[in-house]
Amino acid sequence: MSKKHISLIGVNHKSTPLEVREKIALTGGYEEALNRLRNEQVLEFYLLSTCNRVELLWVAEDTVESTPKMQRFLFGEAVVPEQWDGYSYVYRDHEAVNHLFKVAASLDSLVVGEAQILGQIKEAYRYASQFGCTGPLLNKLLHKAFSVAKRIRSETGIGSAAVSISSAAVELARKIFGNLDDKKVLLIGAGEMAELAAEHLLGQGVKGITVANRTLSRAVDLAQRFNGSACSLEEITEQIETVDIIVSSTGSSELIIRSKDVRPLMKIRRNRPLFFIDIAVPRDLDPELNEIDNVFLYDIDDLSQVVEMNRSERDKEAVKAARIVEEETLKFSRWQEGLTITPTISALRAKADEICTSEVSKTLARMELSDSDRQKVEKLAQAITAKMLHNPLRFLKSESCRKGDDSKIDMVRTVFGLENDDADR
Amino acid sequence: MSQVTLIQEINYLLFLAVLAVTVLSCAVYLVFFLYQKNQMRKWARFLLIGSWLLQSGYIITRFISIGHTPITTYHEAVFFFAWATTTAYISFRWRYTVKNFGTFVSVLILGLLLGSAFASREVIPLEPALQSLWLPVHAGISLVAYGFFGLAFCGGLMYLLQERELKSRKLGYFFSRLPSLEALDQLNAHCLAVGFAFLTLGMVSGIFWSKQAWATYWRWNPKEVCSLIIWLIYLVQIHQRFTVGWRGRLAALMIVGGFTLVMITLWLVLN
Repeated sequence: MSKKHISLIGVNHKSTPLEVREKIALTGGYEEALNRLRNEQVLEFYLLSTCNRVELLWVAEDTVESTPKMQRFLFGEAVVPEQWDGYSYVYRDHEAVNHLFKVAASLDSLVVGEAQILGQIKEAYRYASQFGCTGPLLNKLLHKAFSVAKRIRSETGIGSAAVSISSAAVELARKIFGNLDDKKVLLIGAGEMAELAAEHLLGQGVKGITVANRTLSRAVDLAQRFNGSACSLEEITEQIETVDIIVSSTGSSELIIRSKDVRPLMKIRRNRPLFFIDIAVPRDLDPELNEIDNVFLYDIDDLSQVVEMNRSERDKEAVKAARIVEEETLKFSRWQEGLTITPTISALRAKADEICTSEVSKTLARMELSDSDRQKVEKLAQAITAKMLHNPLRFLKSESCRKGDDSKIDMVRTVFGLENDDADR
Repeated sequence: MSQVTLIQEINYLLFLAVLAVTVLSCAVYLVFFLYQKNQMRKWARFLLIGSWLLQSGYIITRFISIGHTPITTYHEAVFFFAWATTTAYISFRWRYTVKNFGTFVSVLILGLLLGSAFASREVIPLEPALQSLWLPVHAGISLVAYGFFGLAFCGGLMYLLQERELKSRKLGYFFSRLPSLEALDQLNAHCLAVGFAFLTLGMVSGIFWSKQAWATYWRWNPKEVCSLIIWLIYLVQIHQRFTVGWRGRLAALMIVGGFTLVMITLWLVLN
């Protein structure tokens, strides 16, 4: 028998340029993709797709054979096969678990500590389990990932890193505008950080939020959430005449707002200041905007610099978080190993018991014995099997077997002939 | 005779007291700027109000000892300027609170007082032609206008410092210590408007005084030309701000530049 292996393949903002990620990202929703994955003949699987990453987690007995299949699924026609290895990362077993925990805890995010990724993983898992794609191993693993993320959020200050970026934006807005009560915000695109910043600004009592998005329906949804109004991308220039704070985070590879478009608007605005916050990568807003009088432009790096002061503090938190991830990964691996040893032990016991009871009943059927004698014979047989199993069981439970060395468990199974009647796993 | 010397004595002591209290106030304001302890600010304000009272006392005693409003010599004019700035600041403080504004203003006031300290305190008898009620009205109103422009100058300076930090995106020393750009801009607009109103009144009263003293409204002497230029400079700023919507950095630069020009012409004319 061979052990089940957990593997993970994925692309993220570090490994793959945005143009490629855009082509790979799911367009048809999870249902269609999960159905296609079903044909790949792996035991369990789960798929995550966000604007910054696409990751595929699967369980198979043979990782060597299944990996290229998964790569093909991931990249499809979008990327030539020669580039597959360069763009994607593949992790196995311990490393895969470790990576998943890191992603869930937002340690691998573009903005470390943002909370939305956990919700996205939960949603992806909900689809996978709904369509019966996950099994006992992935169910356990993902639930573990949720609790690890929760633990890191409560035990470290990593979550405040993302929050501090949007509060830096608010602090800057306050230094520019003073009172935010009569200020209007324009949200372009619907990135996670932008929404966080918008929420923060709303919390500071800004007057209204307008949401602009490529797909108007998404803009309307978001606007409803923020109690604001929606507009299309074409109306942005018009909006800049009246709004004061602009938060942009579209996935566009081109500039959304150019300096030469804003310059003439300043006269219409009677030079009221404008505060641009560019959270998109690559940038949405023309860096030259900052050259215009009364216009202030901050991108994500600038905002990070603003929170630089408590950087060392955050590094400490990251170390703490990494330690928790490592600790939980070990715990999970141990559980997974136990999963293979425990069935072997119970299969061994079951087999011995079965032999014992069948032989005893065969013998007793041919003998006339009193009840007390009958019990004595049964006890004798049980004692012999127990004594016989004592050492093999101790061997299985020993540390040397726990170290993930499957060959020893395999040997025990072969010696006792457990291969055919493999216990339910 | 001894009463006159007594008053002069008191007058001189008051001047020394003004200097001492203002230096102290300014120092406490600077310490407050460094450490941002609210207790400090309270003390600094107390001292500044004390300084204002002493300054008023100095002007009154000098008025008694020389027999007319002490506003004609360089020393007197600059001292009155300092008093007007202090008055403007204290009155202003009732309406707005602008973070750390006091520090900048107290430095300006101290600078003006030192300027008056280095000038001769000698009393120059006034030409009989100038002896009129128009003298205190005209000079007083004009100097109050300059006081407000002095506040605007401080606000403009603070605006430029804060704006530079925000634009460079490297937030440093001033970012947390200075108020928002909006607050500073409003302060500038307010001081500019009030100052300009006083300046215009000062101009008009000057014209009437000239008519009374020299029998003509306008003589094109250097002092009058300079006053006209200053008035035009502020007129342009007011116009640009309230009709075209000039604000922010350019407006702050104009305010700082305008005030510097005022100071230079004042110095030239009075010398």
